Amino acid sequence: MKHLIKTFAAIIIVSFIVACNNEKKDTTTSDNTTTNTGGGQESVVDDESQKDIVKIALGSKDHTTLVAALQQADYVTALSNAGPFTVFAPTNAAFEKLPAGTVDGLMKADKKLDLQNILEYHVSIGVFKEEMMQDGQKIDQANNKKITITKGADGKIKVNGTANIVAAVPASNGLVYIIDEVLLPPTGN
Amino acid sequence: MRTFELKKLQYLLIAAFAFFLLESCKSKGTQSAASGDASKAYVAPGKYDEFYNFVSGGFSGQMSVYGLPSGRLLRVIPVFSTDPEKGWGFSEETKPMLNTSHGFVPWDDAHHPELSQTNGEVDGRWVFINGNNTPRIARIDLKTFRTAEIIEIPNSAGNHSSAFVTENTEYVVAGTRFSIPPDDANGDVPIDSYKQNFKGNVSFLSVDPKEGNMKIAFQIRTPGVNFDLSHAGKGPSHGWFFFSCYNSEQANTLLEVNASQRDKDFIMAVNWKKAEEYVKQGKGRKQAVRYAHNTYSDKTHSATSTIETEITVLDSKELADLVYLIPCPKSPHGCDVDPTGEYIVGSGKLAALMPVYSFTKLQKAIADKAFDGDYEGIPVIKYEAALHGEVQKPGLGPLHTEFDNNGNAYTSMFVSSEVVKWNVKSLQVLDRVPTYYSIGHLMVPGGDSRKPFGKYLVAYNKITKDRYLPTGPELTQSAQLYDISGDKMKLILDFPTIGEPHYAQAAPAALINKNSVKFFKIEENEHPYVTKGEGQAKVVRDGKKVHVYITSIRSHFNPDNIEGVKVGDEVYFHLTNLEQDWDVPHGFAIKGANNAELLIMPGETQTLKWIPEKVGMFPMYCTDFCSALHQEMQGYIRVSPAGSNVPISFSMGKTPAPSAAK
Repeated sequence: MKHLIKTFAAIIIVSFIVACNNEKKDTTTSDNTTTNTGGGQESVVDDESQKDIVKIALGSKDHTTLVAALQQADYVTALSNAGPFTVFAPTNAAFEKLPAGTVDGLMKADKKLDLQNILEYHVSIGVFKEEMMQDGQKIDQANNKKITITKGADGKIKVNGTANIVAAVPASNGLVYIIDEVLLPPTGN
Repeated sequence: MRTFELKKLQYLLIAAFAFFLLESCKSKGTQSAASGDASKAYVAPGKYDEFYNFVSGGFSGQMSVYGLPSGRLLRVIPVFSTDPEKGWGFSEETKPMLNTSHGFVPWDDAHHPELSQTNGEVDGRWVFINGNNTPRIARIDLKTFRTAEIIEIPNSAGNHSSAFVTENTEYVVAGTRFSIPPDDANGDVPIDSYKQNFKGNVSFLSVDPKEGNMKIAFQIRTPGVNFDLSHAGKGPSHGWFFFSCYNSEQANTLLEVNASQRDKDFIMAVNWKKAEEYVKQGKGRKQAVRYAHNTYSDKTHSATSTIETEITVLDSKELADLVYLIPCPKSPHGCDVDPTGEYIVGSGKLAALMPVYSFTKLQKAIADKAFDGDYEGIPVIKYEAALHGEVQKPGLGPLHTEFDNNGNAYTSMFVSSEVVKWNVKSLQVLDRVPTYYSIGHLMVPGGDSRKPFGKYLVAYNKITKDRYLPTGPELTQSAQLYDISGDKMKLILDFPTIGEPHYAQAAPAALINKNSVKFFKIEENEHPYVTKGEGQAKVVRDGKKVHVYITSIRSHFNPDNIEGVKVGDEVYFHLTNLEQDWDVPHGFAIKGANNAELLIMPGETQTLKWIPEKVGMFPMYCTDFCSALHQEMQGYIRVSPAGSNVPISFSMGKTPAPSAAK
């Protein structure tokens, strides 16, 4: 009988220890859950709605360099959001025109601010349609520098005198102009 | 015997150990419901929150009250929009609250709540909020959590840069988003005559320090621009008010492009103490206008609406030292003054930097006349002369800034979807945290006062997509709670909001909950149609009008049988809730009532107007589950044809004699 009581007491103790351990486990699990604060709009699965700027870029085989750069610069969420933006999207070929090693250099962690600056120079906040653009018009870009629009007699538009607009792709949160040169922000004011 | 004692001791020890384990498990158990960062937002059942959080309902026209840190919704206060749930705008007593110079306007777009302040600290007495569409300011009494006053703002359209207060709530301000031809000028002019005919306007409404009643003290006429937000100076800058303005291009179409042409717009600095002097000296022009001023009385439980006809206007062009313009990059939205009152932050939503102005330097610039010309007759201060410094690369799309009690600022970045923490003096960015979705305003409890309670920050986000379960094409907008007690901001909770959360305010619960009214004393009820006891219940015919003096108390109406009402009568049910206990409202509903139900607080009288259109039997009942016999709380109204000679009669508890029953 005494033995039985002892065993019973031991069982109780063990079960308490187990219960406590379980709680510890729970705590760890919820810790993980709370650290993970979820993703932004770029992680929304939606194949039905009109594509936003990031989804358009992701879907283009000619823009893999730009997409990699946006990811490196942490601008994927921003360009998936409400905007509205006008994005001048240089093609892979446009990036290749830069001196050898330029892109690789910009993709290094310590050059993130430079990369952001260049990418911001390709983004205007607002929708600037071709028909609204005027010859000589200056547009403020997200890095606080201006681009200049030139419009030829044939109506063809160039950015900063050299980059041609190859195509215009409307996005749910703005407009993408595919351009054949990378725009390099002016230094100083 | 000895062995037995020893064994006993053993058992005792085992038992004590088990008890110890049990206790240690218990203490963990209370935390296990939410742990890690989330536990900081966890308020256990039966516990109060630390803060009241007043959140604008945006296009819902209302204001919601949440508890922080739990994010639990405590109440939706009807302000500018009707609310059938509470009878707001449907009962005869509340209809006048929504009266305007345009007639009954049963909705608005409510943007920026602001708590009243004393000595620059939130005092928990009232919360003001602006109606953006039909320009109005409302004052909510935090004793009752009800809208106590609504005043319309003349010469305005889109009262956006409102309802911010000075540090002793001397004034609450309004600033027109749309410039328009003034109310006494001909408005029938070509839209592209903006530059000649359209004027801006900021209004200063004085607030009675005891009762809170508002009065338009004066308006300041300005050049035609768009005013966006504003904040009062405090401490050394008390006596000044700062308004952000955009569209200094004076565009009247496609502002998306045309109002972003200039490199800099303005922060407008108003010396309101100077304005007071000018008003005293009679330098203001009396202008004939029409605007509604509506007040609600907790004594008569009724609102009155008065149309006011005159205001005093000060001209910013003619009166010196009244208004100055400080250049601010790219369409500034937020215009925020730090707790010391020395620094003014402008947030140009299209700018890649944020200017921080110094009030001391601003005063020196004014004294030295360090001006860069003028804008329609108003001196423009040299940008550098007023500048403390710029926050470089703060993020994209800076919108609005609040402060903590350690000299730090927190700015929402709409485009780059983040909150950025920076030091006000050093202008160094200290931390940034993603909000994942486009953030609009943010809020720190007391974060726009002299005394912030920098423990939490709430971000109010417009787009949430995968944050919450899908609910069709429209998803809930969202608040995100951050713990800002450490060096690094930490997201601890997402919670959904009503309508669209623009700005918000928060105050420690202790400032407010001790003053909360529990019921209205029946003996102090001065409603003209009050029924102060069941013995006084009656039904009175006055021509086509029938006044029903009806009471409710658990669990019956008195009277509950009413006859003699005819088709086409105007029946007024003046229902007095006789309960004198906290949290015992009664509802009142009639079949086919084409306005709403009533929800009557203990000790209060409210009136439902009903015009019966059909002959028949119309049940009435209590809609608020008041007691075990709530389902028995009901009655009948017999409606007879228009020409009927059924006399008015009413009763409660009268049963027919057995012989009378057929």
